[in-house]
Order: sequence, then structure tokens, then C-alpha cells
Amino acid sequence: MKADPLGVLTGTHFMDGDHACCEGALAAGARFAAGYPITPSTEVVERFAARVPTVGGTFIQMEDELAASIALQGGVWGGAKAFTVTSGPGFSLMMEHIGYAAMTETPCVFVDVQRGGPSTGLPTLPAQADMMQARWGSHGDYEIIALCPNSPQECFDLTIKAFNFAEEFRVPVMFMMDEVVGHMTEKVVIPPADQIEVTPRKHTHKSVEDYLPYGTNGDMVPEMAHAGDGYKFHVTGLTHDERGYPNMTPQTQDKLVRRLQNKILSAVDRICLFEEDRLDDADVVVVSYGITSRVAQRAIDAARERGLRVGKLRLITAWPFPDRKIAELAAHVKAFVVPELNLGQMVREVQRAAAGKAKTFAVSHAGGGVHNPDEILNAIVEASRC
Amino acid sequence: MLNVLDETVNPVEPFLRSDRMPHIWCPGCGIGTTVNSFVHALIESKVDLQSLALVSGIGCTGRVAGYMKLDSFHTTHGRAIPFATGLKLANPKLNVVVYSGDGDLSAIGGNHLIHAARRNIDLKVICVNNLIYAMTGGQTAPTTPGHATTSTNPYGTFEPAFNLPHLLDAAGAVYVARWTTFHVRQLSRSIGEAFAKKGFSFIEVISPCPTLYQRRNKMGDGLDTMKYYKEKSKVKHGAPTGEVGLTLNGEIAVGKFVDRDRPDYQTMMRAQYVEALGDRYIEEPEMECVCG
Repeated sequence: MKADPLGVLTGTHFMDGDHACCEGALAAGARFAAGYPITPSTEVVERFAARVPTVGGTFIQMEDELAASIALQGGVWGGAKAFTVTSGPGFSLMMEHIGYAAMTETPCVFVDVQRGGPSTGLPTLPAQADMMQARWGSHGDYEIIALCPNSPQECFDLTIKAFNFAEEFRVPVMFMMDEVVGHMTEKVVIPPADQIEVTPRKHTHKSVEDYLPYGTNGDMVPEMAHAGDGYKFHVTGLTHDERGYPNMTPQTQDKLVRRLQNKILSAVDRICLFEEDRLDDADVVVVSYGITSRVAQRAIDAARERGLRVGKLRLITAWPFPDRKIAELAAHVKAFVVPELNLGQMVREVQRAAAGKAKTFAVSHAGGGVHNPDEILNAIVEASRC
Repeated sequence: MLNVLDETVNPVEPFLRSDRMPHIWCPGCGIGTTVNSFVHALIESKVDLQSLALVSGIGCTGRVAGYMKLDSFHTTHGRAIPFATGLKLANPKLNVVVYSGDGDLSAIGGNHLIHAARRNIDLKVICVNNLIYAMTGGQTAPTTPGHATTSTNPYGTFEPAFNLPHLLDAAGAVYVARWTTFHVRQLSRSIGEAFAKKGFSFIEVISPCPTLYQRRNKMGDGLDTMKYYKEKSKVKHGAPTGEVGLTLNGEIAVGKFVDRDRPDYQTMMRAQYVEALGDRYIEEPEMECVCG
């Protein structure tokens, strides 16, 4: 379906990534947000708080991130599209509720504007060190989707995509911004509402008698009902059967947890978005994401000027990881260079997916700034010689 | 001919998910008694069941949501109130009841409890207080009276307990009452009164845990506890909440302690937006936009 024009600020704007993310959420149909202030993410909810009363929705500033991350899920079961926004320390507090959203299949979006850590770390400075936490932070086996914008324009476009994925797969989607992308101001073009595709909630049309809250009927994503619809359904974070009733058997656990994984993994090729450039003749591929991809671009251009055959693979979807794409490239390139604002997170995935067929060079940075492009260039040069 | 079977249907049964019986609660546990009172309150106050949502946290009382044939949410430990807050704000037409235990609501969820009361979110909170963490085996709770023996205070507790009515009174709840599971009719009436009020209502129900609290403290079985509640309870409507704290063997002050009116969160929110935004304020969420 098309976006509700009420929430779409059509036009050409000069806007930072945080604000663009908020506009993306509004365009996607988000009408409820619960948040707790934390630098460098707060501008997203500040804008939402200002905008949402004029489009028919609610923002509430909760008492902490634990509350924000579960209030938004109450909002979803009350019928709204909902999200919350945070940064590292708050993201840590939200982990239990990411697991709850995965287990209860609550479609929602968690925005994490990454800053340096661990702990309070660098509140006003960038990092990309929450990437593994986004994937593995809550206990138990589950799959999520994580997207990484590298510009304010993408903060708008991909926030819509994040909500659409959340609704399609009934999964919490992590929107992994970073401080630089959140605070940089660039041109953001917001199209007319009729050019914005939004995925509606997978709401059941079954009768009360026929409705099974977690029945899948072949399709791995169950249909949803909202409180007040008359279905008198039950939702629990306990292992549950198709009726939504707790069931503590290994068989029910196996069936449920495998479905939660497979509903994402079976669609991995559709979910995995990436940008590629000059891969055809590449000996070396720079794999990057978020703000680091823009620094890497300069290094790639400089390497090409020197005659080095280097290509670009920018991860737009970080999770699920594009194993197949990396494996295909590994079969005919010498090496991958992976710069990121952490001491080695996604590089482990590249290494795993390359399965020894190509070498992997990490270009790590502890955060607090971005790479000097020369560091990445040096790694490309080294990788070209291997 | 009189249909004997029809006459003997338990009025509570239509409100339960019978296919989930038997329940997990121990013999002599008071939680089922509170459910009985809750259902009678639903019947007598004629609350619209379709718009009623029940939210629980984790623990023995947290299982209530799973047994009631209502839209029900068994959330995470301590977070029933913020979940319920989101539910209520996203769909103001819902009547949202939070049904959980003392540990869930006042320890791990304590921050949410006081802030929801401060905001005066329109929620009805039923707090079954068995003075202990029951599901995990009888550990000290913030409500455990001094000198009681628990699995984590095997030589007796020594930290002061929360006086929950006092806490909720101070935080701004519009309705605060306490009963025991001996007071089934009074409890039912209180729940009905809470349904009639707009704003944050809090009903504490003192309830036995014969398996872990009464046994360890040599207070007898479920029946002994009923006798104890009958003997020690004193109805004190309107009592200053600072004076209704519980002790190990002392008086149990019961009754309606707080009943006041102040605008709830959504009423204040609407008024503020109307004042600031005038016609630009759009009140109703556009649900069509979500469901397609």
C-alpha cells in the first residue's frame, strides 16, 4: 500500500540523519514511539515528539530504556506501528525486549545511533561497535534484520525499509546508524506519498473460531490480531504453541525457534541489500558499511588511480549476513579489506563466509572518529600484494 | 425439568481458558481466589470484555494473563506496566488491567510502577502480594516483612519492606486499596470501583504462599492463613497510608485508602496539544494506515 500523505513531508530538505530517520518512520506509518534521551540519538524522538501530534499519534518519554523498549511493543499490539531510538548504553538495556519482540513476533524497529563504547564510552563520537550486539545481544536463538544507512537520505529511505521488513516478517529490525550519519546534514529528498510503498500489518481476516495466533499454515509468518479486535488471544515470551499457549516441551521449542530463524533465513536473498561497484575485475574487495563506507570510497578511488584492481561491496543489510555474496566473491578475488569503527566485528563474518578461499584484512578503529582513508588504502595495497 | 448441570456451572469458568487447566498454582495459594474476585468484578461492573486487555509480568501471579480468556499479554519481568502503557496510549479505547505480583511490580518493576502512577496512566493494577518471590523458590522481596525467614535470608530478613499503599499514594495513584484473599467480596467491589475511575488505580491483595512463606515462617497451611487474615485484618478506610505498613505478625490494615480525582495522562496530553496546536492537533491514530 502507499504511504499515508499526512506523515510524508514531501520536498527537498537539508536535514541531518537523525531527523531524516524520524521522517522515514513517519512516512512508513509509525504513529507511536517510546524513547529515553541519549546522545547522539535524541534528535530522532525530539522531532517525532514535535511532529506526531499533527499526524495522529503519540510519543511518550519513558523512565528508562527498559520501559521504552517494551512500551513500544504494547503500542504495536494496540494497533500502531512503533519504534524506539537509542545509543549504546540504552541499546544494552533494550536487549531483553529485542528477544521478547523476536519471540512474540512483534513487528517493530529499534534505532541505534552508535557511539563509542564499552559502557558510557564516547557519548558524542562515532563507533560501529554494536554490530554483534545487534545480532546476538539477547539470549537464545533468534534472527533479526539489521540495516546500515550511510547518509541522511538513506536514513529516510532505509527507515521505511526497516518498518516494511518488520511488518513483512514480524521481526524486530535494528536500524544501525552511527553518530556521524546521525549528525551529518545533507540533502534529503522526500518523495510524494504515492511514490512510497509501505507494508501493511499482516492482520488476520480469519474468524475468531478459525484464528490461531501462531498458526502459520505453510507461510512462516503468522497473521496478527490486535488487542480489542475480539480474538481473545494470548501472547507470551514463554515457548508457545500455535495457540500462543505456553508449552515447555523440546518439540515445541524446536518447532518454534527453528521457524523464527527460518522465516528470515529462507528470505535472505531478498533481505540482503548491498551496493557494489567495480567488482568485475577486482582482485581486492573493500567490504564496509555506514559512515566507514564513505571513507572507504576515497581509499578505493585512490587505489584505482594507482592502477590497483579494487572493488566495493557496501553492506546495506548487515544481518542476516550476505554469506552467499561473500562466498561468490571469495571464489575469484584475492582478498577482502574490511574497515570498521570497531576492533573487528563484521570482519569475522567476512572471514567465515570466505571460508579460506580469499584472505581477509581488518582495518580496525576503536571509534571516536572515522578512519584516515590512507589506513584503508594501505590495507588495499597490502591485500593486492598477497 | 431443572437442568442441574447448567445450574452448577461455575460463573468464573466462561472467563477462563479451560483448555489450559490444570493451573500451576499450589494448593492453598491465594492467586486463584483473586481471579475469582476479579471475574466477579467483571460480571458485576459489566465491563466490555472485548475492549479489556490483561497484562502480566513474570512470576506466579504473572501467569494470570495466560489463564484468562481475554486479550492477554505475559510480558517480561517487571515490565507489565510499561507494556500496558504502550497498549493504552496506542489504543485509548482499551480498558487495560495489569495483574502481577509484588516482586514483579515493586522490585524489578518498581521504577515503572511509580512513574505510571505519577503520570496517572489509566491502568488498573492488581498486585497480588504474597510477601515473597514464590516462583523462584521463596526469596526475599521488597515487601517481605522484617524478621521473616526466606531462602535468601535464612536467618531472617532485616531490610525494611515497602509499604506499597504509601508508595503509590505518594506517587500519585488516584485509587489505592488493600484487601486480603479472605476479603473476596470487598476485593471484588474494589476492583469494580477501580474500573469506574479514570487514572492509575492500585489494589494490593495480601495472599498466602503456603509452600514457601507460610511454611518457612511456621504460619500453617492455607486455612490457617485465612483464619490469620480474618483475625488480624482491620478495615481502615481512608487511613493515612504512612500507617498501614505490614509486619510479620501484626495487624493488616485493609480498606480503601486513597480515592481522589485528577486528570489522567491522556486527558492532560490532549488538553496540552489542543492549547498548543489548536486545529493542527490530530487526535485519533490512523489505524487504517497500519492494517491496509
